[in-house]
Amino acid sequence: MEIPEEEFLAPGHRGCAGCGATIGVRLALKMLGKNTVAVSATGCLEVITTPYPETSWKIPWIHVAFENAGAVASGVERALKSQGKDDVTVVTFAGDGGTADIGLQSLSGAMERGHNLIYICYDNEAYMNTGVQRSGATPYGASTTTSPHGKESFGEDKPKKNIPMIMAAHGVPYVATASISYPEDFMKKVKKAKEVEGPAYIHLHQPCTTGWGFDPSQTIELGRLAVETGSWILYEIEDGEFNITYRPMQRKPVNTYLESQKRFKHLKDEEKQKIQEYVDQVCAELKI
Amino acid sequence: MTSIGATVKEPGSSKYNKTGSWRTFKPILDKEKCIKCENCILFCPEGCINKEYDIDYDYCKGCGICAEECPVKAIKMERE
Amino acid sequence: MLKVISANKALAEAVKLAKPKVVPVYPITPQTTISEYLASFVADGELKAEYIMVESEHSAISAALGASGTGVRVFTATSSQGLALMHEILFAAAGLRAPIVMGNANRALSAPLSIWNDQQDSISQRDSGWMQFFAENAQEALDFILQAYRISEDQDVLLPSMVCVDGFILTHTVEPVDIPSQEDVDKFLPPYQPTHSYLDPEHPMSIGTFTDPDYYMDARYDMEVAMEGAVDVIKKVNKEFEEVFGRKYDLVEKYKCEDAEIILVAMGSICGTIKAVVDDLRDKGEKIGLLKVIAFRPFPREDIYNAVKNAERIAVLDKNISMGIGGVLFNEIKAKMDVDASGFILGLGGRDVSPEDILKIIEKTRNPTDTHKINWIGIKEEE
Repeated sequence: MEIPEEEFLAPGHRGCAGCGATIGVRLALKMLGKNTVAVSATGCLEVITTPYPETSWKIPWIHVAFENAGAVASGVERALKSQGKDDVTVVTFAGDGGTADIGLQSLSGAMERGHNLIYICYDNEAYMNTGVQRSGATPYGASTTTSPHGKESFGEDKPKKNIPMIMAAHGVPYVATASISYPEDFMKKVKKAKEVEGPAYIHLHQPCTTGWGFDPSQTIELGRLAVETGSWILYEIEDGEFNITYRPMQRKPVNTYLESQKRFKHLKDEEKQKIQEYVDQVCAELKI
Repeated sequence: MTSIGATVKEPGSSKYNKTGSWRTFKPILDKEKCIKCENCILFCPEGCINKEYDIDYDYCKGCGICAEECPVKAIKMERE
Repeated sequence: MLKVISANKALAEAVKLAKPKVVPVYPITPQTTISEYLASFVADGELKAEYIMVESEHSAISAALGASGTGVRVFTATSSQGLALMHEILFAAAGLRAPIVMGNANRALSAPLSIWNDQQDSISQRDSGWMQFFAENAQEALDFILQAYRISEDQDVLLPSMVCVDGFILTHTVEPVDIPSQEDVDKFLPPYQPTHSYLDPEHPMSIGTFTDPDYYMDARYDMEVAMEGAVDVIKKVNKEFEEVFGRKYDLVEKYKCEDAEIILVAMGSICGTIKAVVDDLRDKGEKIGLLKVIAFRPFPREDIYNAVKNAERIAVLDKNISMGIGGVLFNEIKAKMDVDASGFILGLGGRDVSPEDILKIIEKTRNPTDTHKINWIGIKEEE
């Protein structure tokens, strides 16, 4: 596909070397173009891109607080409409914490009311900005600072909250999962999200070198392993119709994904087996 | 002097912050080997590789993703 | 046009005349009817606004801030628990210098749960950077909304404001109100055209940035300068208002204070009761006066001091309490000027305040025992 050349996120931001979030935003904004307004929740992305008096954003951008990105975006969308600027796209970027946990209410309200906006959750599976604490999106077995592995614990003992399905249950016209390691798939989905009339939700899996514990050069490889092992599934739901958008040719064993990250290094064979079984179950249902 | 509401009116002004000073390893791209797959352009977190495959060393943090993702290994990470 | 309406209806009529573009609302007693009137105005095409039925007050103020940041005029209304829920974002709105105008129906804060009137809710937000105007009656509710937009949007201010109306006492009782014409309002209130922050792809800017110690404090200082400067802007706007509508306002209202020996200081609808008592006592030859404080923020230090400095003693009435130190208006007056004052807590959770209570207060003020003591009027345990 033809990749637009223009960059809407300037370099010089304070993201870690190898940061996956900025890759995701760059790709999304390339598809959305100049006529876009971005809303951010508090989090890594917001903090690294707007240290006053600098900003990395080359499009209009607003941040208010942690849990209200959905509500702020709703206000922005309506305001633009009232100004007759129907053609301006409103895109919201929020992390997994600001989406699955503290931000869930305002997101739900925005989706239910049917605002014409795109919400992209960049999911690095923990509260990364504050130093890797567990969120509702932290996967089973992961070690974080608030769900650390220790003598009496193997880390996070709850499965990942399934936000895309919760969004689908709102009857939102477009819901998709994506990964920064599959840029064409992601950008196609961003384009569809823009064209849809009403709310669109994209859940973007984003490996985090600092929080997950791997060499910065492996960011894209990790995202690939997540999808190739069936740990992260790429699909879209258009007006209620579910479709897988990428099927790995040969699903790799989950261990190749788990063993590449410090946050899973502590897991014993029985726990890894549990994870494999769960992934097998989900993939069987989806014929992956 | 802080602006009203600490709003920043110059878009992309983070460009004044040259993050190139962060890196230890520097990517060197061999244009002869390059097959123009655009991987490095897409995957750079700073967006500092342009359409001509020139790397902007003012901003490159040396993360090594470009070298890792190049399918023909046209990029080598060298210690500075 | 003269109509007999409640303060809530008057507030809604004022909002209609101010023509906001985005109105996010969430219901809470006793503010709810404001939102309902606005909903029917929108449904009938009388108010051309985007009406957002948000899912909480936190989202109401967040959506209002998003819309205001985009560059349009907005309105929302709340009370008590809702205002408390908005707390975090009130600070954000003021810090982002968004000229949001909000209607607040003063209602007690839980716990215990109460839907009835006191002023704890808005008083507890006094640090937020919002201006606060307290209405005595429905006419003031209407007039203050129009003025609030003009004051908040003034380039020298750019701070949000709330117009406070006592819950049930004003929100649900009717009185005659003069509703101005759209033509007159347009003369007084120009459209909102921000230059300091807006969201336009033609001129991209980043609103809500992250400041380190080198920048934060200066932004806060600028807000204080704006808040203090608002005193002059309010006076200027009051004059403009009088020229168009004929009604005269100031940061305070002096009622028979000139030669008063004892002056009562209060905010809101209770001033109606006090005025009646003052008239009565004046007929009997007693020199009593009332200083009604309209602007609580900015704190009108000079106006209050000039009004009360010649009285022998003053009584400050608070429909709120800061636990451990007493009524907030009382403490602020004592802190900011050298006056001989007694403080009284009354009317909490809708406890009725009668003329007899006012007489009791005057008596206690005349013969003070310990002026540092926090006097509670109307509680069931008698001393």
